[in-house]
Amino acid sequence: MKYAYFPGCSLKGTGRAYEESLLPVMKHLGVELQELDDWNCCGATAYMAVDEGKACAAAARNLAIAEKSGLQQILAPCSACYLVLNKTQHYLHEYPAMRQTVSRALATVGLRCDGSSAVRHPLDVLINDIGLEAVKQKITRPLKGLKVAPYYGCQIVRPYATFDDQSNPTTMDRLLETLGATVIKWPLKTKCCGGSLTGTLPEAGLRLSYILLKEAIKRGADVIATVCPLCQFNLDAYHPKIAAKWEPVPIPTVYFSQLMGLAFGLPADQVVLNRGMVPMKPLAAAMA
Amino acid sequence: MSAKKEELRIGFYVCHCGHNIAAMVDCAVVARYVETLPGVALSRDYKYMCSDPGQELIQQDIREHRLNRVVVASCSPLLHEHTFRGAVEAGGLNPFYFHMVNIREHDSWVHTDRGEATEKAKALARAAIQRVAHHKALEIKKVEIHPDVLVVGGGIAGIHAAMTLANAGKKVYLVEREPSIGGHMAKFDKTFPTLDCAACILTPKMSEVGSHPNITLWTYSEVTKVDGFVGNYTVQVKRKARYVNEDLCTGCQDCISHCVFKEPKFADDFNEGLGKRKPIFIPFPQATPQAVLIDPEVCLNFKRNKNPDGSPVVGDKCKKTCVEACGEKHAIDFTQKDTLQEVKVGSIIVCTGFKTYDAGRSPAYGYGNYKNVYTALEVERLVNASGPTGGEVILREGKNADGSPKTPKSIGIIHCVGSRDKKTNLWCSRVCCMYSMKLAHLLREHTGAEMYNFYIDMRTPGKGYEEFYNKLLEEGTHFIRGRVGEVTDWAMTPEEEGRLVIRVEDTLAGVVRRIPVDMVVLATGLEPQADAGEVRRLFNMSCGGDGWFLERHPKLAPVSTFTDGVFLAGCCQGPKDIPDTVAQAGAAAAEALVLIDKGYIEQEPNTAHILEDECSGCKSCIPLCPYTAILFDEGRKKAYINEALCKGCGTCVGSCPSASIVQNLFDDQEIFSEIEGVLAYD
Repeated sequence: MKYAYFPGCSLKGTGRAYEESLLPVMKHLGVELQELDDWNCCGATAYMAVDEGKACAAAARNLAIAEKSGLQQILAPCSACYLVLNKTQHYLHEYPAMRQTVSRALATVGLRCDGSSAVRHPLDVLINDIGLEAVKQKITRPLKGLKVAPYYGCQIVRPYATFDDQSNPTTMDRLLETLGATVIKWPLKTKCCGGSLTGTLPEAGLRLSYILLKEAIKRGADVIATVCPLCQFNLDAYHPKIAAKWEPVPIPTVYFSQLMGLAFGLPADQVVLNRGMVPMKPLAAAMA
Repeated sequence: MSAKKEELRIGFYVCHCGHNIAAMVDCAVVARYVETLPGVALSRDYKYMCSDPGQELIQQDIREHRLNRVVVASCSPLLHEHTFRGAVEAGGLNPFYFHMVNIREHDSWVHTDRGEATEKAKALARAAIQRVAHHKALEIKKVEIHPDVLVVGGGIAGIHAAMTLANAGKKVYLVEREPSIGGHMAKFDKTFPTLDCAACILTPKMSEVGSHPNITLWTYSEVTKVDGFVGNYTVQVKRKARYVNEDLCTGCQDCISHCVFKEPKFADDFNEGLGKRKPIFIPFPQATPQAVLIDPEVCLNFKRNKNPDGSPVVGDKCKKTCVEACGEKHAIDFTQKDTLQEVKVGSIIVCTGFKTYDAGRSPAYGYGNYKNVYTALEVERLVNASGPTGGEVILREGKNADGSPKTPKSIGIIHCVGSRDKKTNLWCSRVCCMYSMKLAHLLREHTGAEMYNFYIDMRTPGKGYEEFYNKLLEEGTHFIRGRVGEVTDWAMTPEEEGRLVIRVEDTLAGVVRRIPVDMVVLATGLEPQADAGEVRRLFNMSCGGDGWFLERHPKLAPVSTFTDGVFLAGCCQGPKDIPDTVAQAGAAAAEALVLIDKGYIEQEPNTAHILEDECSGCKSCIPLCPYTAILFDEGRKKAYINEALCKGCGTCVGSCPSASIVQNLFDDQEIFSEIEGVLAYD
């Protein structure tokens, strides 16, 4: 199995723990990832809101490079990248005017985009291409006793629910159960983490992060598992501010790929629990 | 062309239809053009051809100008072909010397360029003029109507339709899928806005149905096949085995109390799964017929495997205390099998009802996830004195400190669940606002709880309905305008802990609110039955895009279908309340009575016939006929068509390899002349 890999900016920056843990896990499962040559900004959500045409052109350049590489499947782990690339595919198929704008922009740099490649999320690939049975084979240290709150965030199921249910996604639940963890039931799987509001309107954004952290603790979770760099950042980075405003809610938030690495028994530098800001006591116990 | 014919004298009329046609088609230009065509004796435009003066005009012209053919260019033949044929006949001509051109639906309504629309009207008119020249005099045949009626579905619609017909002295077969008639209404506690007890007004009608000499009641039965045509339907009904002889059972229920299962154990459908029943049971106390039945899926006397015919294998494991209790009556019969019965009827009334929206499809409202979220139908049973709790409103989850079941102190009712939503169903289900208020009233009466109704718009158009709304407002029920975002259990305040929180934008106050409650009721909307598609095919009806059965005309033929002799009543045609359902059932019964009392129907003569000399007897037409109207004469080795069964679809005509089948009103000459007429125009 070989996929084109689109890291996006987060996985090289604030979300590097995601890349650092996902790449070894995929390799361990025999999946080959080929990073897109000369990739650029995905077009990101904020850009989309300002100028859809330019944002789509930026995204389509990545799609065009992927098509040129001959790889039909693009793995986009970051939720924002996943959404924007998917949205661009939809726009190219559904709106002839947008297709024209984008084609013209790409033509100036000698590229073309058919919109023929598929943008895939790691959870989709894990469940539908690799399969949970194959994942199970690789487990050496089941996450027994670890109580995990699965947190999907908004962008991988809204507005396009391509591989999971929009209101109650379950792919990560199934994956975590396969790893041996206990999955906490909660109604906040896709509730807003605060998004960019934590930066622009902290009184609103932080409140949303606080609700998630508080409810995860209330329901007995040891750790929150996420798929999105922005969610992970919001839930991990603002604990002092949240504690000052409401109460301390000390629970770590990690990427599902870190938990997979843990269960596969991969070395510590491939699980990178040290990247988190909140102490990872329950996970450290599982590592021991 | 045959030998010398009488001189053609065609009268042509183009109708303005007010502005409907005249706004987009220059009618005077069309009339002047047609005047120049060969065979046309006179050509006129007129404001409303369907009006009495318009029809009179045709009759007068036939007499004064010796017209022998008439063409009217106006609306769809569906609307007025009958009218104009009548006028032509009144003028002294055979009605089939008439042809109609549709320049409204096919032209003026669908075009935006007046010049081109006028050209199109001219082309269509020319085609009709060329066609009508070849029309022949035809005769309308009469077919007798069988006076018996089949009513399908025993809810309030079917009950009312059946009673109306039976009281008029007609014989009715009432077929109901469930073991008892009564439908959804039998499950309701009270009815809005009068709050009279549903059972008190329904059950007398149910028992009347059960004992009426003119009604043959077949419950636990389904229609499996319908053959024939208006006036002469042959219907096959599957009567499912209840393992109890309905005629011998007295409804004493001794068998139930003596069943080897001491306690009821199995989910009780009639109580929406809130209660339990035994393997031998009666759906509810007032069930009609008063006869028990056995569920072979759980009865110990049946094995869990099936016979080759699909029936369950009778075992001999159980002590059969039920049989013992039944004693001399010998009503229980484990060997009973499904049977097929055939009846002949002249007309059919379909009243197959609705199902409620599956609340699980709106996961944001937590049904199935939070135990104290209920559907409205569940609450109907909960507040009902004959329901699973004897009318006591107790929560599924949570106990008081002393271990007793908990009663809700605050209740939220969410309107429009599965209605008025692009993601689920677009339509307003019409009854939910009213039944939500009824439940608010009843729940408050039973529990004293604080009541919250969350609505998008209050829809109370009915006699006494707005007054009922006012009553609820005065009672102190809170009405919050806004579509609820979610029902959840994450708490922000100590007051919210352990309760359900309804999150909603209060669009009147302009704030987002969180209302903590103990119980949530989802006002689920109405949907077509799951098997509406199959039922539609069975009775050869149409469905709208939304899945409800389609009436022939939304205003002027609301209980007729596109199949003659098949009528509709109740919610299978669309959501409606009990008063509207009963009114519609009465109307459907009246339509059936019209057919029966007239005694015959006139058959459109557009049937096909076989030119015997040319038929080679290849039989290729026979399997193609959807109405099995083509038979084969083994003696002469020729096919022949039963005109009473022929619907004039033309399938056989097109398929005959030797072109030996001719259809009245659609013979080759007529069709080719019409095509030439359109194409010849430049």
